[in-house]
Amino acid sequence: MARRELQEINAGSMADIAFLLLIFWLVTTTIESDMGIKRQLPPPVPPDIDVPQAKEQDVFNVKVNFKDQLLVEGQPLDIQELKNKAKSFLIATGDGVISHQVGNEEIGKNRDLINAPGTDNGAFPIREWVREADVRLKIAEYEQIVIIAEEKNKDAFRKVLKSWQDKLTTITLLECDYKQLPASALISMQNDNNTTYNTYLQIQNELQSAVNELRDELALSKFGVSYRELEEVYGKNKQDKSTLEKITAVRAVYPQRISEAEPLDAEATYY
Amino acid sequence: MSKFKKGGKRPTGAISTASLPDIVFMLLFFFMVATVLRTEDEKVQVTRPEASELYKIEKKHLIRYINIGTPMDNRYGTEPVIQLNDQFSQASEVQDWILKERQTLSEAEQSKMWVSLKVDQETKMGIVTSVKQELRQASALKVLYSATSRARTGSEE
Repeated sequence: MARRELQEINAGSMADIAFLLLIFWLVTTTIESDMGIKRQLPPPVPPDIDVPQAKEQDVFNVKVNFKDQLLVEGQPLDIQELKNKAKSFLIATGDGVISHQVGNEEIGKNRDLINAPGTDNGAFPIREWVREADVRLKIAEYEQIVIIAEEKNKDAFRKVLKSWQDKLTTITLLECDYKQLPASALISMQNDNNTTYNTYLQIQNELQSAVNELRDELALSKFGVSYRELEEVYGKNKQDKSTLEKITAVRAVYPQRISEAEPLDAEATYY
Repeated sequence: MSKFKKGGKRPTGAISTASLPDIVFMLLFFFMVATVLRTEDEKVQVTRPEASELYKIEKKHLIRYINIGTPMDNRYGTEPVIQLNDQFSQASEVQDWILKERQTLSEAEQSKMWVSLKVDQETKMGIVTSVKQELRQASALKVLYSATSRARTGSEE
């Protein structure tokens, strides 16, 4: 009899102990869900440097005042319409951002511009063709330059060569030529000190949404997956060169150009 | 009890609860892995705005948090204040704080630091802008405007 009592320790209370631990853990911890809108702030500008002004047509101005009202390209606008407006700006051309040898005819067609094909609207930046033949010429040219260049300059030329090679990869992946936005094209946002944060974030969100939707559209039609999925795949495996190339290709057509203007002094009034 | 001994059989009715602790422990371990210990007290009231274009940072140890909102304890006033770690701070203290926080990361990761701005949606932009300017001066350029998730606007497309 005595031996049997030793054999079985009552494990019934074990569950209670474990539950106690579990509940303690539930109370003291949080499921960390920190998500947000990613932004790269511009580096500090030294006071004695004049920032060159971009061409008027290359800048998409979004201003928001102390009453949370929007002024987009000089016109009052409702926030619901902001996304489509920003999309038109990023597309900037009436007849598509890629030449259509394959794929969807609708890609990158401006949605609210009545533009004859082949014309560019004065209020928008001018997209320039990146043609395969030109890119190949440039690559050949820079390959020669890298060979004959002085040692100290080689790295700089290699970088230029790399950027042209990236363009060629983009053309190969998209299976057609594309039009690129000028380097100075950007979406600029300016807010008042009394704008509420929610409005500010909603505007940031709409602008980001415009870029993301355009990128998704292109990625879906060319690669069959959305841009977000491409980024997720690459995020999990940084060695995945082919996904990175696809991401670079989509970004080459639709670059993210959302900038925050230098804040104005408190006394300054702009409208 | 004696009734069963008479029969010479063990009782069949009771379900063994011996595996219950195992199940609960499994739950416990799941939660231990999936959650993080609450590291700091939130001293300001923050209702984050909703947004759709959210990005999640995988490496959480690279994130530092700045909370901006009205103090929970209204003895500290009703105007929005900045909370760094556990303290109320001025915007001018942000630069020093960034430098200190950067030291807590390994050298290779210092440039990869993210600053997550948890800002109450009713806050005026003035205080946020001043914090952003300080972040720029401290070269902490990667920021995340913390938000909760919602569907895209006009998502019928």
